[in-house]
Amino acid sequence: MRKVVEGSYAIAQAVKCCDPDIISAYPITPQTHIVENLSQMVADGELKAEFITVDSEFSALSALVGSSAMGARSYSSTTSQGLALMYEVLYNVSGLRMPIVMTVANRAMGAPLNIWNDQQDSIGARDCGWIQLYAENVQEAMDLTPQAYKLAEDPDILTPVMVCMDGFILTHVYEPVEFLDHDKVKQFLPPFKPKITLDPAHPVTIGAFADPSTFTEYRYLQQDAQNKALGKIDTIAKEFKETFGRYYGGLIDTYRMEGADAAIVTLGSVIGTIKDALDEMWAEGKKVGLVKVRSYRPFPVKALRDSLKDVSSIAVIEKDVSIGNEAGLTTDLKAAFYNTGMKTPIIGFTAGLGGRDITLKDIKKAGDKALAAAKGPEAEFEFLTLRKEIL
Amino acid sequence: MKEIRIHGRGGQGSVTAAEIIAVAGFEDKKYSQAFPAFGVERRGAPVMAFVRIADQPIRVRSQIYNPDYVLVQDVTLLDVVDVAAGLKPDGKIIINTDRPKEKLKLKTEAQVVTIDATKIAMEILGRPIVNTIMLGAFCGATGQVSLESMNAAVSERFKGELGRKNLAAIKEAYERVSHA
Repeated sequence: MRKVVEGSYAIAQAVKCCDPDIISAYPITPQTHIVENLSQMVADGELKAEFITVDSEFSALSALVGSSAMGARSYSSTTSQGLALMYEVLYNVSGLRMPIVMTVANRAMGAPLNIWNDQQDSIGARDCGWIQLYAENVQEAMDLTPQAYKLAEDPDILTPVMVCMDGFILTHVYEPVEFLDHDKVKQFLPPFKPKITLDPAHPVTIGAFADPSTFTEYRYLQQDAQNKALGKIDTIAKEFKETFGRYYGGLIDTYRMEGADAAIVTLGSVIGTIKDALDEMWAEGKKVGLVKVRSYRPFPVKALRDSLKDVSSIAVIEKDVSIGNEAGLTTDLKAAFYNTGMKTPIIGFTAGLGGRDITLKDIKKAGDKALAAAKGPEAEFEFLTLRKEIL
Repeated sequence: MKEIRIHGRGGQGSVTAAEIIAVAGFEDKKYSQAFPAFGVERRGAPVMAFVRIADQPIRVRSQIYNPDYVLVQDVTLLDVVDVAAGLKPDGKIIINTDRPKEKLKLKTEAQVVTIDATKIAMEILGRPIVNTIMLGAFCGATGQVSLESMNAAVSERFKGELGRKNLAAIKEAYERVSHA
């Protein structure tokens, strides 16, 4: 069924099709409509899950540690300060290898208080051991949801996944989406049957102490699982295509990279605007392509090297800043090149902070700077749409 | 692609109007996208909502700066907001007012369409909520969405007696603007 609905409702429908056993979440703008819709579906008996209402995001994710240990498919959603309040639990979930899926409705981190979109929240949580996938549009965010469970629950992976979608821009937009078919999702995503669960009849310890003789190996196994996920993400995306007919690329996707002189690398909902801007640039003879990062953790080092090997310069556009350095994707991309001998200039832009609109003009400005950077970068890192007049 | 910007005040249903146009555009077998100028919702404060309708999938997600059409739900906004900002010269601006358009002193080359939507709302709905009436006027003045699809989209949103009254209000606005 194809319909025009709000992004948040579409996500709730996608979550419903995944048959979660337990949902626990605390409402926070702009995630609220997702969990309101899920709560309504549970109350109406449409969704046979238990919705645990809690006092905070810390409790929401902590409750899921318990449910996941029992072998229940578990779901949450949050954003911004809510994600920050979960910080301690994020590490517990990944360290305990719990395949929880959480939609992050990306929003700025306060202070100053700001409810609007950027990606500071999830990029800031990049080291917590979760897989992070970023959606370009509502349909992709929907389709990533069952893919995220399939990936998280794979016995070789057993790693939690954040499905990141830009707050308001995707959670509150009305646009046409193809609803997921519940039966098809059931075929695509088999029931969650973990090998080890908490069961009073067969007592085990989950979350035991790890002293210096074993802790490093636990971390190594997490790293190994993320490395294995590099291969599985595309395999699962292709399986999804076989069942549902939609495919968005694996770890990355590209647009107009054939014959491009420069490339823009980015993630999230700004990709649509960039595609329109690049069409205009090509019409003006400016050959700038796009590489879309779908998986930020695990970071697709090889795929990025391969896709960017033929351009003379690269601009990264991202909605976050590592205050005191540059920004997450920029630094990660530079690091991916360093040992290869690739000396392509890479410049970074932070844009769209706290809901600042990113226009076609802004993108073309970044594209022009990317082309100019072939002769050497003018600046390593810039705020793209800085209002100098109010500083 | 046609781009529409809706100006209103918090509580006047501007975001709902944008969503209904997107649903109606989809009913017409087109692609559509609707979103608010996300703010901290306050009743009475100036708000904006945006709609795009196109024959191709819509990718751009920036706000709308050069609309083809502007809808103004509340004429008092003209004192505080440049509602015609960036409006294309061959576009149209539809304003809810009982004043003649010459007195509005709008800075635009675009065609100005006025409709006393508040009066129609009071007569048919019994409440000064004009968003669906502005939708009828939009259909009549622009032809960008068919009346049938607009009616279907409004009926999906407003059921029963309220839905019937809204359809009557839309018809009234559509006819007044079409015959003007």
